[in-house]
Amino acid sequence: MAMRTPLKTARHLGSAKEGADHFWKQRITAVANLFLGLFLVWLIASLIGADHATVKAKLADPLIALALLALIISGTIHMRLGMQTIIEDYVHTEASKIVLLMLNTFFAAFVALASIFAILKLSFGA
Amino acid sequence: MVQLTLPKNSKISQGKTWNRPDREGDWKELKVYRWSPDDDDNPRIDTYFVDQKQCGPMVLDALLKIKNEIDPTLTFRRSCREGICGSCSMNIDGTNTLACLKGMDEVSGAVKIYPLPHMEVIKDLVPDMSNFYAQHRSIEPWLKTDTATPPGEWKQSRDDREKLDGLYECILCACCSASCPSYWWNSDRYLGPAILLQAYRWVIDSRDEATGERLDNLEDPFRLYRCHTIMNCAKACPKGLSPAKAIAELKKLMVERRV
Repeated sequence: MAMRTPLKTARHLGSAKEGADHFWKQRITAVANLFLGLFLVWLIASLIGADHATVKAKLADPLIALALLALIISGTIHMRLGMQTIIEDYVHTEASKIVLLMLNTFFAAFVALASIFAILKLSFGA
Repeated sequence: MVQLTLPKNSKISQGKTWNRPDREGDWKELKVYRWSPDDDDNPRIDTYFVDQKQCGPMVLDALLKIKNEIDPTLTFRRSCREGICGSCSMNIDGTNTLACLKGMDEVSGAVKIYPLPHMEVIKDLVPDMSNFYAQHRSIEPWLKTDTATPPGEWKQSRDDREKLDGLYECILCACCSASCPSYWWNSDRYLGPAILLQAYRWVIDSRDEATGERLDNLEDPFRLYRCHTIMNCAKACPKGLSPAKAIAELKKLMVERRV
């Protein structure tokens, strides 16, 4: 039995004095994803049935490439923040939580880098 | 990880049936959670029958009748019996509410009564509120000022006073907090809707001078940001308040002070 007062437990380690940044970034990326997502739907629809050369030509347009890159960055940041929330909600073992939070970051970074690489490769016409 | 099944000693069994109807009457069946720390038995559901013709209309009236006339071992908290003390909060017919404000006629069929969910049970319908009260203490729910106390009272404009409407009515019954999944999973670190509503009540009090300090203490991934706007709190509140709205206002203030 832990001989601690309930107040000691409630105060725990004190306030981390952060969280607003996470909250704000999640909202900003959500708004960005809404518009960039619609752009992606339009892009895919306009490329239905197109061959590789057409897609490459389309992605050579800097505006389209930039919008796609923005979607990847915004999307993966949003994805990482969302999954972080879920891990913090449900994983209560400190060690597993730390490992999962790290894997979450690595996974999001990998998805972002691989996607950016693919877009650049197509865009620069390799 | 979250535990999805009940541990062995928490599995609920069928209990006794008390006071079966033996004459004409307007009988209501109540199925009540029972558990005592004094024996090693698992929790059980006891069934009681109460003649509504000889009993007040509320669920609390029936519980009092049971305790007084049928089974004095039934344990629950109650005091004011008119929705102002917050003692008789429990889970009735699947929703956290006050037994004194819940009419038996609002429930079709048997009235199922459990203690507030996801709180440690002390006995029968009595949950352990220690952590809840400590969390309330942790937000320092009193007026904090640095300015010297004025000779009369701390003055407040009518408009500023109106900002406390929908907040000051909270009776700390914990119906909202015990209905919140985020509070179920993280009640050791997340303050929960009731306490956050109370915190907001002091944050927006025009007389309080510790607003920034209060926000500092709340800005935490767990204390505040475990709220995912699930809204069970607003649905459960027997006083018709919206803790979810108070929490949203707190989150807005957190952004406002940095942009």
